[in-house]
This record gives sequence, C-alpha cells and structure tokens, in this order.
Amino acid sequence: MSAQAPNDIAVAAQELTRVFGSFTAVDRVSFAVRRGEIFGFLGPNGAGKTTTIKMLTGLLAPSSGRGSVAGYDIGAQSEMVKRNIGYMSQLFSLYADLTVEENIAFFSGLYHVPREKRAARRDWVLEVAGLTDRRTRLTGELPLGIKQRLALGCAVLHEPPILFLDEPTSGVDPLSRRRFWDLIYTLTAGGTTVFVSTHYMEEAEYCHRLALMNRGKLIALDAPARLRAAATEPLFELKTDDSLKTVKLLQRMAGVREAAMYGRAVHVAVADRAQARAEIPRRLKQEGVALHGMDEIAPSLEDVFVFRVREAGGAPVD
Amino acid sequence: MNPGRVWEMVRKEFLQLFRDPRMWRVVFIAPVIQLLVFGYAVSTDIKETATFVVDHSGTRASRELVEAFTASGYFRVVGRSQRPADAVRALDREEALVGLVIPVDFAERLRDGRGAAVQLLLDGSQSNTATVAQGYAERIVQNFGVRHGGGAAPAVDLRERAWFNPSLASRNYNVPAVAGAIIFLVCLLLTALAVVREREIGTLEQLMVSPLTAAELIAGKTVPFAIIGLADVLLVTAAALFWFRVPLVGSLALLMFASLLFILSGLGIGLLISTVSKTQQEAFMTTFLVFMPTILLSGLMFPVSSMPELFQWLTLANPMRHYLEIVRGIFLKGAGVTAMWVQFLTLFALGAGVLGFAASRFRKQVG
Repeated sequence: MSAQAPNDIAVAAQELTRVFGSFTAVDRVSFAVRRGEIFGFLGPNGAGKTTTIKMLTGLLAPSSGRGSVAGYDIGAQSEMVKRNIGYMSQLFSLYADLTVEENIAFFSGLYHVPREKRAARRDWVLEVAGLTDRRTRLTGELPLGIKQRLALGCAVLHEPPILFLDEPTSGVDPLSRRRFWDLIYTLTAGGTTVFVSTHYMEEAEYCHRLALMNRGKLIALDAPARLRAAATEPLFELKTDDSLKTVKLLQRMAGVREAAMYGRAVHVAVADRAQARAEIPRRLKQEGVALHGMDEIAPSLEDVFVFRVREAGGAPVD
Repeated sequence: MNPGRVWEMVRKEFLQLFRDPRMWRVVFIAPVIQLLVFGYAVSTDIKETATFVVDHSGTRASRELVEAFTASGYFRVVGRSQRPADAVRALDREEALVGLVIPVDFAERLRDGRGAAVQLLLDGSQSNTATVAQGYAERIVQNFGVRHGGGAAPAVDLRERAWFNPSLASRNYNVPAVAGAIIFLVCLLLTALAVVREREIGTLEQLMVSPLTAAELIAGKTVPFAIIGLADVLLVTAAALFWFRVPLVGSLALLMFASLLFILSGLGIGLLISTVSKTQQEAFMTTFLVFMPTILLSGLMFPVSSMPELFQWLTLANPMRHYLEIVRGIFLKGAGVTAMWVQFLTLFALGAGVLGFAASRFRKQVG
C-alpha cells in the first residue's frame, strides 16, 4: 500500500507529465479524486485527457511525476491497479465476432469474477444493456448505443471500485448519451468512483467535479456550479439580424473580452456591465444592425471554458 | 502466469477462429489440397517422355534399340523421320523433349565390334527432366551395348541400389516435407493476424488494462495455433500414409515432438511479424515475404547441397531446413534422436531464440 494517498482518495496525480518527442501531451497535472466521486475530465481533442487516463490505467508510462489509483502506485504496483479498475475507451472494445454472452463470459473469466457469481453478473449486465433476449446475437450486429452499454457492463462485471471512461459516448446521439449517463448513475450508486473524460459540454454537468484541460495543462478544477460562479465577468446574449457582422464589430470594440457565435445568437463577455449596456446597442445601431434583444445570462460551461482558456493565456486546441 | 486467464484467452481464440466457417477450410482443408498438389503435380520422376526418333539405320538392331527405349516406360515415341532437322523442329515446338538420332552405320559398327554411336538431343530448357531422361537413356544404351557387343561385359559394372527409398519415388521424399511448409505457414499467419487484429480493433488495449499479463497474452496467442499446427501435422501425415502410401519407417511420436520444436519457430516469427505490422494486410504481406525464402532455402524443392556455399550457410539459420531433415529421416530412414540430435538441438535453439526475442519485443510494445 502506498502511503501517499489518504484513504478517501481514489485517484491521485502529482505533477504527472508525458512527453512525446518535443511535444508535451500532459504537462505537470495534479489532482485528487475522492472516493465515490464522478470526476469529469473536460477539454477539446488533443488536450491530454486520453494520455492522462492511459498513464493512470498503466497503458502508458509517465515521463515524470507520480500517480496512484486505489492507493496503489501506477508505476510500481500496476498489477494491483489493474485489478481494481474498470476501463472503457472511446474505441469500442468488445469482440464483434463473439456473441453478447461470449463477450461477457470472457471478461468475467479475465477479471476473476467468482464462478458462483458469474451467472448473476451476466444476467445483470444483459438487463442493464437491454440485451436479455439478444444474448446469442453477435456483438458486431448491435447498434452503437447498445454496444456501448454492453461495453460499460463488461467493464464493471468484476465490480471495480474505480471506473475509467475515456470519452465513452463519443459518436452516440444525444438521447443515447442521456440514457448512458443514467446507467452510469445506476452503476455507481454503490459508491464506485468514476473518472470520465468527455468533450461534450452538456455531459460535464453530470459530474460532481470537473477538471478543465487545455494543451496538456489543467486550467481549472471545481464543481460545475462553482466553476460557472467563478467566471466573474458579465456575459450577455445578443439577438440580432446579422450575427456574423455583430461578432466582427464587437471583437474590435474596447471593453469586449470575447465575442462568439452561440447558435443563432451572439455571446459577449465584457469588462464593465454598465458600459456594455450603453455602448453595444449604440454601436450596432450606428452600423445598421437590428438588435432584437440583449440579456445578461449565467455562463454555460462552454463559456467558462473559453473564459478559463483566455485567462490561462492560450487558445484552445481544435 | 495464471492458468485461468491463459485458458480464457485460448478459449476465446478458438471461438473467434472458428466463428468464421471459412476458417475450417483454411486450417484443415487447404493443407490437404496442398499435399495433393505436391503429391501429384510436383514430381521429379519422369514417365513417357515425348521422344522423336530419326532412324537412318533402319535395321533390326536400330529398331531393337528404339524398342528398348519405349519398353522402359520412360520414353514414348511421338514422331519418326529420316531427317535430323525434323527432330530439331519437334524439340523447338516442344512436341518432343528428347531426340534420338541413330546413324546409318549403326548396325554395321555394332556387328563389327567397332563401337556404335547414337545421338541424344535434349531440351535443356527443362533442365530437371532433361537430366533425369539423360540418365535413363544412358543406362538403356549401356545395357543394349552389353547385350549386343558380343558378350564382353564391361570391366567395372555399377550395380546401383537406392537405400531408404528403393523405388526412388520423389513423392516419398516430397510428401512428408510438405507438412513442414504447411504448419509453418499456419503458425506464422494465424499468430501474426490474431495479434494484429486485436491491435487494429482496439481490444488489445482493453486486454492490457485487465489483469492479463504480457506473458499470459503471448501464451494465449500462441498455444491455440500450436495445437492447430500439430493437428495439421497429424492430418497431413495421415494423408501421406493412407492416400499416398508413403512409408513411415520411424516413430510417429518423435515426428510430433520434432513438429512441436519446429512450431516454436513458427509462433516466434509470427509474433515478431505482429510487432512490426500495424494492419492485418501488412501482417499478411510480411508473412509471405518471410515464407518464400524460408521455403526456398529449406531444401524442400532444391537440395541444400547444390546451393552456392553462402546460401548453404544461410540455411543453417532456417528452422525448416533442420525440420525437413528430421522429417525425411524419420519417414524414410527410421532415424532416431541419436542420429539426428544435432538437428533436434538446433531446431530447439532456433525456436526458443526467436520466440524469446519476439516475446521481449512484444512485451516492450504492450507493457
């Protein structure tokens, strides 16, 4: 047992770093995930989320820094780490040429699910994946959403205390995503720690705490509501007849921190609330843009992310 | 190494392998077909070689000589003429492989004891057949000379007897060796593809985050194909014994033991291929790039002793060369370990070496 992590810490990283040649994929990232927490890793593609998860699960050795999972050091005790985690990646990872039952049986055996519990665990996975009447179907023939539910089921067959999900809902429609998250909640009701990465902002709201990643660096870490509250600069939503022109105009205005299209509206972050309320409508009128509405709004996580990236002094990687 | 986890892997590999019904044909029918092809088509024996006769002599003696050629069964007359040019044309058009030209004074010189000469034209573009035909023709003419030369026997008479393969049938020599080629290809291809496929679809990563260790993964990826390789040896041996009636003089158990040693090399090279291939297609191509020189430098088709010296040295590193020596030794001579311990030892050393090297490379990649 490693002494570095107190008992209520499920996953810990200290200055975790991974370098590929001259490219630093993960740059001195530190955090601690509490037991039973749903911990979200949010950031654009290439932000270093997957690399961090690969280091924590033992798929990749860190260039420097340390980490522990379930109290075991990720370098020295990787065998023990592997016994205590479930893992599901964005790459769908069941055997397409095996049936649903055969996949479940294989992973049960691989993870030493006790023989007397196997039938019960299998039936449970079949039920949560909605596959009870399709157990002898080839896995490759199932729809993607169902496959992912099955993959999640197989990842928790051995009831691991910690579950790593690397962009589990990538490529799935919003409804299936929603149902997938319901499933995660069901699975973790028993106190499982979930470490999940995503680039879907709306998914981040499901997490207890969020780590924002950009360009290999951790730029913020807090509960979603507190992250939003901490984004202190006033934010307005503008409805106009020409969003594109509006964004271009605003970006050149003094006192405007950020202006971006947000659906058909424009979101604009400003330095001074009163000044913005006076200046922006005047400027738009002057340029012949019709303004249908201007309301101050609470920032979404996407706004927070953009704000934090700007604060950290870099543009998000696309 | 945890036997339970290895067993799970082995079971899964078999399930996957035979999920595709075509795999049965690839693994068990194809070897038998290959054996049939080798057994029937690839024969270096000659029979009824097309022969064109130009008989200028036209005597009873000359007709008897031609008769001696055809009666042997090795030659068949496809045309006769009085002009040598016709024999040349027949050879050019590949209507005949051999031209036999008997001079005008053939019978006369034979009778006078002055020594008669006949000319044999051979199509050298088919050098194997030509060489064999030449050998038979020489023997026929020699015998003919003894019978007609007034009874004077040659001072030295060569009495040949081929040991181990009395009928000198190339089939007895080739068929057992085909087993080597087949199990090598099976092990190479199945191992390489099984690993690369998992890498390609992402399940390899899933396995590496599980408690499965690299050694267990390697065992799970090699044991199934070793079993299939041995099953193929049995299958091919049975076909050789009961279909082609190739005699098995030595021990079947020893043959299986040698096959197991040989399979180590096949699995090792297969695993090595999987470490350098990103896609199944790449693995497939690499397998054949490795397979061809292994066959060519094994003595399966071309005897090692007639290769240039450099290549003879190269064949020492080829596990198939040693395996074929053992297989032919067991089948034809009934040789045992005492006669072939060098080959057994080399085969084991090569197998253990390449499998060990491949395993350490593989570990570094996935570990």
